[in-house]
Amino acid sequence: MRPVFFVLSFLAVMGLAFWAYRENYATQAALREMGRLQDEIAGLREALALQRAEWAYLNRPERLRELATVNFDRLGLLPLEPTQFGAAAQISYPAPMILPGEGAFPTITDPVEVTGQTATELAPSPVDGQFP
Amino acid sequence: MIRTPLRPLARILSARQKGENPDTIERENLRLRHEEIRDRGRVRAEVRLLFLSLGFLAAFSTIGARMGLLAATEPVEPRSAAAGAQILATRADITDRNGRILATNMQTYALYAQPRDMVDPGRVARELAKIFPEIDPVAMERRLTDGRTFLWIRRVMSPEQMQRVHEIGDPGLLFGPREMRLYPNGTLAAHVLGGASFGAEGVSSAEVIGTAGIEKALDARLRDPAQAGTPLELSIDLTLQAAVEEILGTGMTMLNAKGAAAILMDVKTGEILSLASLPAFDPNDRPNPLTKGDPGDSPLFNRAVQGVYELGSTFKIFTVANAMDLGLVSPETMVDANAPRKWGRFTIREFQNKNYGPLLSVENVIVKSSNVGTANIALMIGAERQAAFFQSLGFFDPTTIELVEAPGARPIVPKRWPDITTITTSYGHGISASPMHLAAAYAAIANGGVKVTPTLLHGGVAQAGPRVMTPETAAASVRMLRGVVEHGTATLGDVPGYQVAGKTGTAEKPNRAGGYDEDKVVNTFASVFPASDPRYVLVVTLDEPVETSGSEPRRTAGWTAVPVAGEIIRRAAPLLGLRPVVEPPPVDGLTAVSN
Repeated sequence: MRPVFFVLSFLAVMGLAFWAYRENYATQAALREMGRLQDEIAGLREALALQRAEWAYLNRPERLRELATVNFDRLGLLPLEPTQFGAAAQISYPAPMILPGEGAFPTITDPVEVTGQTATELAPSPVDGQFP
Repeated sequence: MIRTPLRPLARILSARQKGENPDTIERENLRLRHEEIRDRGRVRAEVRLLFLSLGFLAAFSTIGARMGLLAATEPVEPRSAAAGAQILATRADITDRNGRILATNMQTYALYAQPRDMVDPGRVARELAKIFPEIDPVAMERRLTDGRTFLWIRRVMSPEQMQRVHEIGDPGLLFGPREMRLYPNGTLAAHVLGGASFGAEGVSSAEVIGTAGIEKALDARLRDPAQAGTPLELSIDLTLQAAVEEILGTGMTMLNAKGAAAILMDVKTGEILSLASLPAFDPNDRPNPLTKGDPGDSPLFNRAVQGVYELGSTFKIFTVANAMDLGLVSPETMVDANAPRKWGRFTIREFQNKNYGPLLSVENVIVKSSNVGTANIALMIGAERQAAFFQSLGFFDPTTIELVEAPGARPIVPKRWPDITTITTSYGHGISASPMHLAAAYAAIANGGVKVTPTLLHGGVAQAGPRVMTPETAAASVRMLRGVVEHGTATLGDVPGYQVAGKTGTAEKPNRAGGYDEDKVVNTFASVFPASDPRYVLVVTLDEPVETSGSEPRRTAGWTAVPVAGEIIRRAAPLLGLRPVVEPPPVDGLTAVSN
C-alpha cells in the first residue's frame, strides 16, 4: 500500500508543478497582452481627444458663421428670430386627400379608359381607412 | 518513568537501626525531586525561548528583506490592476453647458538640444532659424557652442515644424512629448477661460498650470487625476456667448467705444450663461500684461468682473426698492423732485438741467431717471439703512464667482456716510462696483427679492439665498423697470414679445485731476426679461461710447448701451428657448392698406 501512495503523491507533485509552470507563463503572457492593450487604448484615447479638438475647432461659431454667410445662396440660413416661434394651433391640418375621380384624375366616363391600377382599388379612404 | 520513593523502606529501616531520624531521608529525597523538576522546567523553557526567538528572527528578516526589496527596486505601476478610466493622466477638459469643448489638450512636442552630440552646430543654427523665424542664427550658434550640455529650443511646435526639424537630421536635436492646452474657439469666452502655461518642465513631460480665469481659480480641480476623465462643465452657452460677443463687438465698433462688457445670467440658479468683455484676446497665445500705463486698457482686463465703475442711475431702483420695502413710499407716492436741489454747498441737478418737478410719483422718478427725486427718497431712508441695504445686495464685498480675478475686484464704497453720500450713492455716484455686482443685485430683484450668487458652473439648482426684499417690492420694482423701457429712458431696448424691463445708467469717468470728464462716460443698461415672469438678467456696459448719427454726439446710455442690449435680447432670447409673449406678426409681411 505504501509504495502506491508514494508513487501517487510523486505524480501529483509533478502534475501540480507542470500546472504551475504553465499558469506562470500564461499569466505573464496575459500581462504582456494587457500592457499592449493599455498602450493601444492610450493611443486611441489620444487620437480621440485630438479628433474632438479638431471637431470643436471646425465647429467653432466663428467658422460656422462664415460658412453660413458664404453659402447663403444655397442654404439661406439666418439667426433664429422671435417670430419663428409658433403655437401648435397655428399649424394647419394636412390638406384633405383628394379622392380619385374628383380632380386628381379625369372623371372616368368610359370603363375602357382605365389607366393602370391607380383607380379606386389603391387609394385608402380618409374616413375609415379601409379599402372600398 | 521510575519514580523514586520519598521514604525507601530499606534506608528507613537501616536508619532506624542506627538511631537516626528517618525524616531527614524523606526531606533529602524531596529536595532531590524538586531539583529534578526545576531542571526539567528550565530546559523546556529554554527550548521554547529558542523557538520563539527563531520565529521572530524569521518574521523580522522577512519583513526587512521585503522592505529592502521595495526600497531598492524601480517603482512600476501594478500591471494587473483594472484599467482606470484615464490611462492618459491629463488636465481635465472644460466644456460649455451643452458639452461643447471650450478647452482641451493636444499632444505635441518640445524641442531641445544636447550640443555634445551635435555634428554641425553652425548648420543646425541656420536651419533652425529658417524653421522658426524668432531664432537668431548667430546667437543660437553661440549658445550651441559655449560648452553647455543641454538647451531648450522650443516649448511647443506644429507637426509640420517637427517634420522639418527631423529633416535637419542632427543627432543633437531631440524631442520631448508635451501636453498642450488648446482653446479651439479662439477668442470666444477668453476672459472666462483665462489661459494656461507650463509649470515645472522635464524632458519627458511638463505640468500644465492655469494662469488666469477659471483655469487658475479651479486649477486643483482640473489637475486632480481622479477627476481628469470628467470635463469641467461651465454654465456658459457657447452659441449664446458667440451671439453676445458678435453683437457687443458690432455695437462697440459702431459707437466708437473703448471697451464693452455683457453679462447674461439666469436669475433662478445664478448661472452665468454668457460673460463677454471686449476687447478680447486669444487664450492660445495669451499676450503679456502691460508693464506701464493703465492695466484696464489691456485686452487681458476683464471689464465684466474686474472693471469697477460708478454705475450711475442703474442704482436708483435699489433706492426706490429699499424705500418701498421699508414702507416709506409706494409707486404712486408723490415725492419732491424740484430741481436743482441745494444740499449744503452741493447742487443736485437733473440731466441737461431739466426739472421734472415740483412733484413726481415714485414710479416716474424711475421712468424719468430723476436724480433729485431719488435723492429725496434716499434722505427719507437715511444713511444707515441705505448702507445696510447695499451691503445685503453684495455691493460691499468682491463677488464669489469662480474666476481668479474676482477676489481682487473689491467695490469702492464710501468710508463715511454723511448725507451727501446718501444722496450721491442713491443714484450710483460715489460708489463703484463691477457689472457682475450689478447683475447679481438685479437678479435679486428679478428673483422675487431672494439674493442669488452668480456662478460659472453648470448644474445649478434654484438658489435659496437670504431674502433682501419682499416679493411685493420686487414685483413692483420690475413693473417700474418695465415702465422705463415702455415710455422712459430705454425705449430703444424694447423687444416685441420679450417684455424687457431695465434701467439705464450714465456715469462720467473720474479723471486724474479728481474731477469728472464730461465727454468720457461709462454707459450701463441693466435689464430683466421677460417682465411678467423674470428669468434672465442682462447687463451691458460700454466704455466711452458716443452715438454720432444725430446733429450732436450723444453719450447717454439710452442711445448706446440700450440698443445694443435690445439687439442682444432679440438674438439671445430665442436661443434660450423663450417664446415671445405677443403673437408674431404675419409671416408674409403684407400690410393691409386702403386707398
